[in-house]
Parts: sequence; structure tokens; C-alpha cells
Amino acid sequence: MAITLLVATVVVFLVLEILPGDPASFMLGMEAQEDTLSALRAQMGLDQPALVRYFKWVLGLLSGDLGISYTYDVPVSELIIERIFVSLPLAILAIVLSTVIAIPLGVIAASRHNKSSDLIIMGFSQLGIAIPNFWFAMLLTIVFAVMLRWLPAGGFAGWDAGFFPALTSLLLPTVSLALPQSAILARVTRSAVLEVIQEDYIRTARAKGVSRGSALWNHALRNAMIPVVTIMGLQFSFLLAGTIIIENVFYLPGIGRLIFQAISQRDLIVVKDLVILLSAAVIIINFIVDVLYAVIDPRLRGSGHA
Amino acid sequence: MMMKKLIKVFLVSAGIIFLSSSAMAAKTSLTMGVVLEPPHLDPTAGAAAAIDEIVYANVFEGLTQIDQNGAVQPALAESWTISDDKLTYTFNLHKGVKFHDGTDMDADDVVFSLNRAMAEGSVNAQKGLFKPIASVNKTGPHTVVVTLNQVTGGFLFSMGWGDAVIVAEESAEKNKSNPVGTGPFKFSKWAKGSHIELVRNDNYWGDAAKLTKATFKIIPDPAAAVSAMMAGDVDAFANFPAPESMEQFKSDPRFAVVIGNTEGETILSTNNTKAPFDNVKVRQAMAYALDRQAIIDGAMFGYGTPIGSHFAPHHPAYVDLTGRYEHNLAMARQLLREAGFPNGFKAVIKLPPPSYARRGGEIIASQLKKVGIELEIVPVEWAQWLKQVFKATDYDLTIVSHTEPMDIGIYARDKYYFNYKSPKFQALMKKLDQTVGTDERYAILAEAQKMLSDEAVNGFLFQLAKHGVWNKDVKGLWENSPVQANNLTKVYWTN
Repeated sequence: MAITLLVATVVVFLVLEILPGDPASFMLGMEAQEDTLSALRAQMGLDQPALVRYFKWVLGLLSGDLGISYTYDVPVSELIIERIFVSLPLAILAIVLSTVIAIPLGVIAASRHNKSSDLIIMGFSQLGIAIPNFWFAMLLTIVFAVMLRWLPAGGFAGWDAGFFPALTSLLLPTVSLALPQSAILARVTRSAVLEVIQEDYIRTARAKGVSRGSALWNHALRNAMIPVVTIMGLQFSFLLAGTIIIENVFYLPGIGRLIFQAISQRDLIVVKDLVILLSAAVIIINFIVDVLYAVIDPRLRGSGHA
Repeated sequence: MMMKKLIKVFLVSAGIIFLSSSAMAAKTSLTMGVVLEPPHLDPTAGAAAAIDEIVYANVFEGLTQIDQNGAVQPALAESWTISDDKLTYTFNLHKGVKFHDGTDMDADDVVFSLNRAMAEGSVNAQKGLFKPIASVNKTGPHTVVVTLNQVTGGFLFSMGWGDAVIVAEESAEKNKSNPVGTGPFKFSKWAKGSHIELVRNDNYWGDAAKLTKATFKIIPDPAAAVSAMMAGDVDAFANFPAPESMEQFKSDPRFAVVIGNTEGETILSTNNTKAPFDNVKVRQAMAYALDRQAIIDGAMFGYGTPIGSHFAPHHPAYVDLTGRYEHNLAMARQLLREAGFPNGFKAVIKLPPPSYARRGGEIIASQLKKVGIELEIVPVEWAQWLKQVFKATDYDLTIVSHTEPMDIGIYARDKYYFNYKSPKFQALMKKLDQTVGTDERYAILAEAQKMLSDEAVNGFLFQLAKHGVWNKDVKGLWENSPVQANNLTKVYWTN
């Protein structure tokens, strides 16, 4: 894990060194004079050689110091923490909603294999996969914000405005993120359950008098969870960093917008820190998924990784 | 009996509700949409227009201020006198002005602010504005004398820029995140990435603002901006990001749509030292090949005024040169033949992100193709543009809007990305600097406009329009933007 992160720091640093664009001239614009630019570069520590800057950065990371944002001039950690309070609840809400929708639908579709309810569920899931989430998001905005005026069109009220106003501003984004995710998850659940219910032990359980429902929900589902949890892990990593389009549609101040803005403004320190942080998050999520494998399947315990 | 009582209670309470709602005063808070989030809130340490759009005139004030018509007005300096040799300016400051943190604003602050901007380690993006200043001296608690080292006709205008606002020594270093000025609004809160809040300064030295609170919401996406306006989440967008949505707002009685002008000359910048653009005939051929109205219609949905030189049409010294190169393909082909390119040539056009550039670039490419000039379109980010095009002048053509007011002087610079090096033009600008009379200045400016047009230094396209949309009950917002600011000091609700 540590080695993966170390390699990530080298790659990120090198890529951003090559990337054309100077943070100082971006901030000072077209009229800036050369002495002003070098004064600002010195202020940001950009006049030092690359190797020195790399080690300063990595050592800073190790001691928990993420540096100072070039553009905002505040500690990067402050910026990221503010954004995490938007992105993390959004990701959690979206994954919970998509799981709550997808797993029952997937199981129902599997148990009614090739019957009309299966066809309807799979039809909708096909639609959910096909519809781009930003388009769906705009549709939701037009209906619920512009026409019905039930919900705000975007923006984030902030947690200090109260729990419900904050939650309300995350509602439409959550739905627009969760729906396409749940479409994929429902498909995966369905095929995983379908595979399992043809296994001998399900027939044995049924023969021993276990009801059809109980066999499905207690025996089949648990065994079908391995691929489902794998996909959920991937989806959660995606939700943490990949919500940039939805954050733009709803102008939410989340991690995705921060990284996008930082790249275009050449706030390179923020970009570097975020990439490392997100790599770490993905590694941790993968680890949690591995742990969940063992919880789901006792055979995997004690024998190392699956 | 019971019924009668109930009705009575009902009527009385209905009356109270009615009265209280009609007695309710008009709204006193305004939510305004802005496209770009400022990197920080110190106008003396950054070029981003997004900074001035929030703090200029609202939070920070300078010695002078630029009004809605682009004229210089007194601000912290209530009056001034200019010596006969035009080199000494004596500013008399308003008395009793306090910064938002309660400290007094006096001559010391003015001396500090100007010296700070001029200092060697200064990070002022417009340091050039302060170049003519030889010294700044306090001659009384509320009197400052500024001595110039050369006659500078536009000095009072320069002092009205956001980059020249007066700050306090105690708070200057923290202005980026907690701006402390003297204006009618105080900074209250900044939720990064989301919104910035200002509240009324009740101890303001001048006329108090009518609004008690102003919130700037950051909405970068044009589609999201439309929804936010339509849903009533924001009351006003002084600079709406999508001209294509104007018709939609016009047809909605809830909104006032106000198209104003800006200081943005949008031009097809040309690298004047790079072949074949070093040949004046090639540049003139391109000028004939461009159809400005088609570019305005296609890229800006009809909003924008054609220009024939690098000068704003609303300025009194403007000369209409749009007829100098009437769209004429035959003429363009002939000039190309004379220049030695009968079959045209290939070139690269680098386009920065704004839609005027990206859309305009595609239209220009198709227009120039008609005379055999094949453009390869390369989209670039701003940071890349600044480095490759602006700094290294590694480009053939690009499109950009020059938004600084009265910036025709950039053509006289030794080193500027057009690479237009004309001693004749430089002499003309020098003469302008030393001329103080208005009529004489205008005559020189007219000559300068003609010179740029004759030599077709750049492709002069159009003056960028300002697309304002706001709730029809909001009054007092600026129609035009002579400086990039959202001056809210006179804004109020009628309802």
C-alpha cells in the first residue's frame, strides 16, 4: 500500500512538472510585469529546484501538512475538509440509495427469471444505464426546481444552515447519481443470484423444506454478494472522485469541482494533494472490500486474499 | 352565536395577516450569480476579474472611483488639485472614514497603500498603473501629495482601478481571506466553491447601501445558471454566461434583460512577426475575408457591436472604421495573390476556453477557408494560453477579448504578444501621454485607431456585450461595465 502511494507521488509530481502553465502568471494575468511574477513565484516557493520541492511536499504529506493553496492562499487541508463534507455525504447517500433500489430489484428479477416482472426491471435497468446522469440531472432540475419549485436548482446550503436544508440540497444530486448506478448494480445482482440459485445446495435447502423466499434471501443472496460488493466498491471509489459532472450541473462545492478548478487555475499543490488523497481512498476502499469478502464467505478467512 | 364569533376571529386574523404582509417592506437582500469564483478577495494582489466583481466599490474604495459611464468620480478623496505642470496631485481625503475593523482611514493608509503597490516585492497585477508615481507624501492628517515623474493624462482614472484601492496596514496581509475596506458593505462569509456573503456596513461614511445583505453564488455551468434563474434561486446575473439563453429570459415577464456594453474588444490576435503574417497584405486580405456580423450572429447570438479597430464604440473618441475592410472575398484573394499566396496557406489558431473564442474560431476558420487559408483549430486552457501564446508568442492566430478599459496603448509596448513593433505608433502614444487637453487627446486617439486599422494589426471583430438578467423588481444594477465590477451600492428592490 505504501509503495503504491509512493509511486503515485512520483507520477503525479512528474506529470504536473511537465504540464504547461505557470500558476503565478495565471493569477496575475496579462498585465503582470516580470518582477511581480518572480516575486509571487518566490512567495509560493516555486523558485526552488524540482527535487527540493518534491521532497518538501512528500515530507509535508507524511507529517500531515498538505501545504498552502496557491490560488486561495489557505491551507489545502482546510479546503479539502470543507469539500469532503459535501462529497462524502453525497457519495454515501448515493451508494445507499442505489443499493436499496438495486438489490431487491435484482433478486426479484432473478427469481422471476424471464417472466414479465424480470423483463420490466431489466428494461428499466437498460434505460438507466443508457441515460447519461447529467441529462437525468437536468431533467430532475427542470421538473422539481423550475416547474414544481419543491427543491433548489442547485448549490449547497451548508451543514451550518441545518441538517434538513443541507440534505434537501443534496437530494436531487443523490438521485441523479444513484439511478444509473443502481441500474448497473441491479443487473449484476440479478446475474449473480441467477447463477447461485442453480447450485445444488439451494435445491438441497428447498428439499429440506426451506421456503422459496427464505432460500432466495438467506441462502442465495449471501452467496451472490461477492460480485455485488466488488462492483459497489468500484462505484464508491467513482462516487468519491467522479462526481464532477453532477457537481457542475448542481454547482455543488465538492471534491470533483475542487480538482477541476485547481487544474484549470494551475493550483498544482491542490491537484497533487487531491490525487494522492483519492489514491489512498481507493486503496482503503479496496481493502474494505477484501474484508467484506471474508465476512460474506467464511471460507476466505485466514487464507489471505481471495 | 358561536359561528358569528368564529367568523369574527377569522376576519380579524385575516386582516392582521393582510396588513402585516402589505406592511412588510421590500426585500433587502440580493442573491447574485457569478460564473467564476475569485481565487481570493484582495484586488491588489491578483488579476482575476472575479475579485473585483465582488469587492470593487462594495468592500474596497480607492481615491477615485469609476462610475457607470466610465467617468472618474471622487471616492475616498473628496477633492484634489493638480499643479500647473500637471506633475503634482494633492488629494484631500474625506474625514471620519473608518475601515470595517474600526480603525481610521487617513493619509497614512493612502501612503501605505500606494507604496505597497509600487514596492519591489509587490504582487500587484497592475503595477504599471503606479509607474508614473515618483513619490507619495503625507502633508496633513487628511492630505496626500502624489508627485509624478511624467505627465500622465489618465492618472486619476488609474487611481480608480480595483488594483489601486486603499487598504490598512494592519489588515492588508489578511485581505485575501478576510477583506477589510472602507466600502458600504462588509465581508461576512465565504463558503469556498459555493457562495460569498457581504453585509451592510452601518458605519459607512457616505450614503448607506439600501441592501442589508448581498450573496454571490458561484455557478460556472451555463445550463445550471439558467435553472437557477428560472427557479428563483438567484435574483440577478450581471454577466450571464450564455447569450443563447437571452431570448428565453426575454419572453418571461419575471425578468428584466439588459444588454449593455463592456470594455472587451474581441480580436483575432495575429502574430505580426511570424510569416506570412508579417506581410501587411496578408493581414489585410484576412480583414477582407472576415464577415464580422456572421461571427457575432453565430458565436454570440447577435449580441455584440462590430469594431474596426482596437477601441470601444461607446467611448467619445471612437471612430467607426468597420467600413475600412468591407467583407469582400475577391479583394481578399487579390491581396493574397499580391502577397505571393495565390493558393492561400496553412496556419494554426489557438483558442482559449470562453465561448466567444471557441465558437468564433470555428466560424473564422470557415470564413478564411473561402480564400484558401486553412486553419487548424487547437483548443487550449487559460494557463496554457498564457504560457504559449501570451508569454512565448508561440502562435499564429488566437481569439481573445481585451477587457481593460482604454487599452490601445498595448500596441505601443516593446514586448507584447502581437509582436507589432511600430515606432510610428509608439511615438503617437508618447504624444498622447504628454497631452492633457481633451480635444487634442481625442484627435490623437482617432489617428491611433486609423493606424491600427490601416495596418490590419489584428482582426478586429466585435465589442463584447454584457448580458444582464435580473428580477424585474431589482433596480440600480449597472447596465454597462466600464470596469469589471458589480457595484451594489445603489441597488434596491421595488417590491
